[in-house]
Amino acid sequence: MTIDVKYFASLRDRLGRAEDRLDPVGELTVAGVWAALWPETPLPPNTLAAVNMEYAEPTQTVRDGDEVAFFPPVTGG
Amino acid sequence: MKIELRQTPFEPLVELGCYQAAVDERLHGQYGATAIFIGTMRDLNEGESVRGMTLEHYPGMTERHLQRIVEAAFAEWPLLDALVIHRVGDLQPNDPIVLIAVWSAHRAAAFAACRFVIEELKSKAPFWKREDMGAGFALGGATTRRVDRRMRWGWLSGMLRQ
Repeated sequence: MTIDVKYFASLRDRLGRAEDRLDPVGELTVAGVWAALWPETPLPPNTLAAVNMEYAEPTQTVRDGDEVAFFPPVTGG
Repeated sequence: MKIELRQTPFEPLVELGCYQAAVDERLHGQYGATAIFIGTMRDLNEGESVRGMTLEHYPGMTERHLQRIVEAAFAEWPLLDALVIHRVGDLQPNDPIVLIAVWSAHRAAAFAACRFVIEELKSKAPFWKREDMGAGFALGGATTRRVDRRMRWGWLSGMLRQ
């Protein structure tokens, strides 16, 4: 099992990739997932996160098999 | 209730007319108010002309949150029916972006629910606008250079740019 990570819109363009896979080691939070994948890059200000398509705080626990997404503020309508 | 993401241009009033026929069959004589919001792409944003726009979404999450927003409106107001169509993909100026229609017995509920759905959609549904500003000039260090095409993400993109 792995954690699937997705990036959208300007964040994806900035990172140069749309998704990652992470083999979790121990218990992770949303912020921990970012730090594990981008140790050199702080999470950009205003970035939003979702776990399994629900908005999530950085402190939320992420489990094996979860889908985590990071994206900029939404601009629909 | 119908909620749909549309990949290609659509005519809101044609869509509304088709859906209205179904509403009339089901709710004949019951609704006294229909409130409608249509959002349309402009050719100007923040003082710059916009040639086109791409609307990106998060497949699965976007649909789920649109559904939840409309359900919240039904929980808050005595609505009889609702229709939401939102574009994704490539748009040109004057293309409709979103159609929201709600049916209720009275106008207060219809107006309030329609307003609620568009405001919630704008702040919670995962859509992102990428604007094509066409040719122009870009600042790069001490020089200004001509560029063929400039793209800009949403209103906060500047804050996320390195």
